[in-house]
Amino acid sequence: MAGIVGYGVYIPLYRIKVEEIARVWGDDPEIISKGLVVQEKSVPAPDEDTATISVEAARYSVKRAMIDPQKIGAVYVGSESHPYAVKPTATIVAEAVGASPNLTAADFEFACKAGTAGMQACMGLVDSGIVEYGLAVGADTAQGAPGDALEYTASAGGAAYIIGHDNTLADFEDTYSFTTDTPDFYRREGKPYPRHGGRFTGEPAYFKHVIAAAKGIFEKLGSEPSDYDHVVFHQPNGKFYLKAAKKLGFSDEQSRTGLLAPFIGNTYSGATPIGLAAILDIAKAGDRILAVSYGSGAGSDAFSIIVNEEIERKRDTVPKVSELIEKKKYVDYALYAKFKGKLRMA
Amino acid sequence: MKDTVRGWRHIPQRYNLIGSKCLECGKVFFPKRIICPECRRKGQLEDIKLRGEGKIYTYSIINTPTDEFKTIAPYVVAIVELDDGAKITTQIVDCNPEDVKIGDEVEMVFRKIREEGDDGVISYGFKFRIKK
Repeated sequence: MAGIVGYGVYIPLYRIKVEEIARVWGDDPEIISKGLVVQEKSVPAPDEDTATISVEAARYSVKRAMIDPQKIGAVYVGSESHPYAVKPTATIVAEAVGASPNLTAADFEFACKAGTAGMQACMGLVDSGIVEYGLAVGADTAQGAPGDALEYTASAGGAAYIIGHDNTLADFEDTYSFTTDTPDFYRREGKPYPRHGGRFTGEPAYFKHVIAAAKGIFEKLGSEPSDYDHVVFHQPNGKFYLKAAKKLGFSDEQSRTGLLAPFIGNTYSGATPIGLAAILDIAKAGDRILAVSYGSGAGSDAFSIIVNEEIERKRDTVPKVSELIEKKKYVDYALYAKFKGKLRMA
Repeated sequence: MKDTVRGWRHIPQRYNLIGSKCLECGKVFFPKRIICPECRRKGQLEDIKLRGEGKIYTYSIINTPTDEFKTIAPYVVAIVELDDGAKITTQIVDCNPEDVKIGDEVEMVFRKIREEGDDGVISYGFKFRIKK
């Protein structure tokens, strides 16, 4: 089966604290922060969007993979905030990493799991021998309406994965998906902000799909939680993540590294791929990782991955997730509103 | 449409810093040139992908931008001397304008340059940030 040849992450420099958002809307910052297990979130600069974040992450992934970008035969960008409704982000990424023109490219959309759906598509193309390398990106500049609960978490960031057979740094053992028609969160065409079902996004949506996908891959592989060194789930907030880990029987130690929502918020399509990257940043050869994404609508993709010794040669070639998280600059709500285009200009 | 076509022609230079190098005298140019101004007809130019690292040669802080750049003001526009040789004009992002200094080491990033209104084409390309 195919593996990860390289990966790269990009997180914008700016952050806003939960307490600053709570100050504007008159909420109790402590209740919000403790309830969501989120302290601050990343904010894109006014000249950043899903295309720029994808390009930055993709350039890092190509550098870490140490491959000729002309050998990339497929580029898929998964996001729910593509800059254009019609005109792919993937062509911008392909051109900017020097992969054009001999490749197939498309944009994926499946709420927060479009990035992992792209990874699966690349695995298929690589394993069938149609392409040598595939580039899958999960990135978002997530939208949350002013005053909505989502505003505390909807953030920006992305991760890119080069999938191939040769010189992998980690190998996929298997992938398993669980998908149903569940309208827990959606954004209609032309609308600027999504709507969600509040508590309905929990048990029948996030938990049902994440847990079913995890159990599905355990059954397929004959594995169990104690067989894994690390686990990462989609993280709309820290609370859901920790609860999913506990329900499945994972320890804090297994789930700690992949949990980034407290520091950067919910990067939507970037969330699981960035969490997986944070694990690869510290993993040792032989470590077994379980990654489970979740996309509203709804579905989960689970991946069982084993790290190999190539990780040591490639790890330090581009910035690690922890470095990108530490490098930050706080903005207040007014600057955040300007950066996110929430102000009506003359 | 004229602007769209012009922007499309600039994609190689704006996305990947494709400039020219004269094989005769070794001088590097950005943007691309057709003729080497030093060697004239003896010169032979070929495309070169510049590495996107250099130093701030000089800069200016824009406090009074045109309407379309109001959301990013105040911002820094600098002439960057690339390690590969050429000098390019670019915005410096992710910085406090008052912290920028001549000689600061910078690296290329990929950003949105401008949008043709809310239903027009979006132009992307290089900007630079200070290395830390």
